Amino acid sequence: MSALTALFLRDMRLAVRIGGGAMMGVLFFLIVVTVFPFAVGPDLNLLSRIGPAVLWLGALLASLLGLDRLFEADRDDGALDLLVMSGRPLELVVVVKCLAHWTATGLPLVLATPFFALFLALEPKAILATMATLAVGTPALTLLGAIGAGLTVSLRRGGLLLAILVLPFTIPVLIFGVSAAGAAAVEGASFLTPFLLLSAMSLACLALAPFAAAAALRAGLD
Amino acid sequence: MTASVSAADPARANGLVVEDLTVVRGGRRVLEAVAFALAPRGEAGAALVVTGPNGVGKSTLLRAVAGLAAVDSGRIRLGFADGVAEGAEAAAACHYLGHRDAIKSALTVAENLAFWRDFLAPPAAGRNRGLGDLSIDAALDAAGLLDLADLPAGLLSAGQRRRLSIARLLVVRRPVWLMDEPTSALDRASEARLTGLMRRHVDGGGLILAATHLPIDVPDAAELRLAPAPPPDADDFSDGMPA
Repeated sequence: MSALTALFLRDMRLAVRIGGGAMMGVLFFLIVVTVFPFAVGPDLNLLSRIGPAVLWLGALLASLLGLDRLFEADRDDGALDLLVMSGRPLELVVVVKCLAHWTATGLPLVLATPFFALFLALEPKAILATMATLAVGTPALTLLGAIGAGLTVSLRRGGLLLAILVLPFTIPVLIFGVSAAGAAAVEGASFLTPFLLLSAMSLACLALAPFAAAAALRAGLD
Repeated sequence: MTASVSAADPARANGLVVEDLTVVRGGRRVLEAVAFALAPRGEAGAALVVTGPNGVGKSTLLRAVAGLAAVDSGRIRLGFADGVAEGAEAAAACHYLGHRDAIKSALTVAENLAFWRDFLAPPAAGRNRGLGDLSIDAALDAAGLLDLADLPAGLLSAGQRRRLSIARLLVVRRPVWLMDEPTSALDRASEARLTGLMRRHVDGGGLILAATHLPIDVPDAAELRLAPAPPPDADDFSDGMPA
């Protein structure tokens, strides 16, 4: 088994076992989406118009949940030291850990979207568009969060600081995610343009964030 | 914290060569101009025990060699017949047994060990030196944990956790073992088992750099005594460790 596969499987196992918190994101997502109609009232037209935005906000907050533990758990028990001196590139370690984190927390959000979208009276076309944008956009959220997780790894209870650091940088992802997801409900709006920009942002994060997070981790050693 | 054991060979690193190592932490010089050479004796390896009072920089020295502490100045090289390594490459030829055990409570004992076997890269130098490349079962047996292989690691006692981290050194062959208080939390029998493993590592050509305040029963182990440096201004350190 290759080293990076072993790391991926380890992180997946840790996520789904007791204390891993893989399902917490989906449950939090469910709560956020359920609470919204209570706040804005049972106007179905309004709900289906703001539905994609609600789903995106829920997914954004849910994917920040648990990101503070991305490196912190490994730091607390000393595994981060061994990962750094393992002889494997730390940037690839970051990519694999992000991939495992997204598979355990981001992917369930995408898969749960069609069910939660029913609460918000979304049209099938809008449900598909929201799923597609979340599938493409949530990896960018995880990768941006990894930079914050790397920076706050040496702080106790750095979770709130991580959210404050990372949320401003997620705004472009949110804007293009929601505008692509909402395009299905608006006559004449283009889905493809914001969707391609969103994809570009995810790819840029994939190219840059691992280096930033690895540098932050190295700087935070000892 | 000045110390030196034997002069380093300037031409080519033979074994672990540390020159002029200075580490500053929080504005305080924890290590100053530490130099030593830990050279293998032919086919056999060698051991060096770092001693000194608490807070003198034993752990920092080990972490610096492992590439985990920011080094202010100095050079750490590792050389064997099959290659030389420096910096991160040298660190990747070391096993580090620190205070924190890198054990995941949610994984079983065997899963913890299997992960490190699959993940740790083979060393750049000294590939056939020392003890290692044991199977999971053999390593667990050597650490006396074979019966507990399928138990979640969270249920282990402190001493058993220590033995599990020692078993990690055995599943991947790396020429240098950096051991920080390796006998802590171990009972007599486990301590004897550990010194047996350390001897086998040295006999197989491996190097051991151990920080401890307890005597370790490894034959021909040299000693590097770190002494607190005289404080630059006595008033600043009035509550410090007596020299």
